[in-house]
Amino acid sequence: MIPDDLYYSKEHEWLRLEGDGSATIGITDHAQQELGDIVYVELPDPHAALEADDVMGSVESVKAVSEIFCPVGGTVTEVNESLEDAPEVVNSDPYGEGWLIRLRLDDAGSPAATMLSAGAYEKHVASEE
Amino acid sequence: MSLRRTPLHALHKELGGRLVPFAGWEMPVQFGGVVSEHLAVRRQAGLFDVSHMGELRVSGPDALPLLQRLTPNDVSRLVPGRAQYSALTTDSGGFVDDIIVYRRGEESFLVVTNAANTARDLAWIRERGGTAAECVEDLSDETALLALHGPRAQAILQTLTDLDLTAVRYYRFAEGEVAGVPGTVARMGYTGEDGFEIMVPADRAEELARRLFDAGAPEGLVPTGLGARDTLRLEAKMALHGNDIDEDHSVEEADLGWIVKPDKGEFIGRDVLVAQRQNGVTRKLVGFELRDRGVPRHGYPIVVNGEPFGEVTSGGHAPFLKKSLGLAYLPADACEPGQAFEVVIRGRPVPAEVVPTPFYVRPGKKKKKKKRAAAAAV
Repeated sequence: MIPDDLYYSKEHEWLRLEGDGSATIGITDHAQQELGDIVYVELPDPHAALEADDVMGSVESVKAVSEIFCPVGGTVTEVNESLEDAPEVVNSDPYGEGWLIRLRLDDAGSPAATMLSAGAYEKHVASEE
Repeated sequence: MSLRRTPLHALHKELGGRLVPFAGWEMPVQFGGVVSEHLAVRRQAGLFDVSHMGELRVSGPDALPLLQRLTPNDVSRLVPGRAQYSALTTDSGGFVDDIIVYRRGEESFLVVTNAANTARDLAWIRERGGTAAECVEDLSDETALLALHGPRAQAILQTLTDLDLTAVRYYRFAEGEVAGVPGTVARMGYTGEDGFEIMVPADRAEELARRLFDAGAPEGLVPTGLGARDTLRLEAKMALHGNDIDEDHSVEEADLGWIVKPDKGEFIGRDVLVAQRQNGVTRKLVGFELRDRGVPRHGYPIVVNGEPFGEVTSGGHAPFLKKSLGLAYLPADACEPGQAFEVVIRGRPVPAEVVPTPFYVRPGKKKKKKKRAAAAAV
């Protein structure tokens, strides 16, 4: 199930525009499945300024560690602190309670120009398998 | 090179296993998930397919002298029906492989090897054993090995066999039928739980596995993969060849000196291992806990007193203990529990501390020291 109303990166992050110049970012259901049981999530400092494709943190599963790339430029306004005690929520609810960060977008334009639609992401996932 | 498959390959797929390449084999890394499988083994039971491991039959008049020369443990102390943990040692006391030696009869032995090493072990045995090595026969292809582990393992297995499992104590084995399949049942394992390794003909393995799953379902038995096997063995501080032990680290350095029995006579690596026992080693394998957030992993650099000192040999998040744990070789004077050092995680030094091992000891398991004290009291 890939939600229609989100943007996606080839590195398996999702982004939701909140309509007020901010966005919420997480990792996709496919990403959490590939990683397996997530045991630790490392997130950026609140207020960190990130550019598109910057490493913004990492997700560690029992099996592996995976870097998370920020798909767009912006300034972090909030990180999901509940993941400190309950990182497994990224597995159980990757598009909801398992969100990672919120940020205020740069003026660089819409993610629509650089990110994938749900349909394109679905094809991308299929092509990797 | 195409990947080899165990006799349970089709069953793994049927059970939803995620198959990955491992040591030249296509093996299930997980079924329900590493954490849930790990916890199932700690609380109920799990069934692992370890048929990729090698089995060598060593038999005849040359068998005992050959094994005595190739391994540090004293094979002559084994009576038929018992097994021992041991190694194939190099001249410098390192590990060609770590192995289990079963004694089936006066002149009949079975050696279980790591999958990745079986071919090399055979070559080593032939190179160093000379003509005596002609008594070694590779049974790996025709042999399947299933590991049934967890507090419910005995109850599950007992429903399928007439063997009296209570008589099969730790590191002992019995030969008989399980679910009508002839095989060898040994109480031992690689998880820190009670359990059994069941060796059967490859062409009967799937039949046995299905019977075990049926019998175990009411007890909570689940299929378990190599992912959980790795996290379980780490909690129990059991060494993994290729990570924690290898040709470059000696048996004494690996803190496995208890398998070295110099009094038995000559064996490969004896001089070095005896000298190390007398004079001490310069580094030793220890267990540690991370004191800050993060997950230490194999290959991450270590810093002791400001100086780089090797790498994490095994590490990860321990699902039952819920801690970040690891193993590493530290300088001999920095091995005591409480010793602080750092693990460098993606450029960031993270504080760590040496802790007593094994990290996990199952409830009710007797500690060796207590047992010795009790024996002395008698």
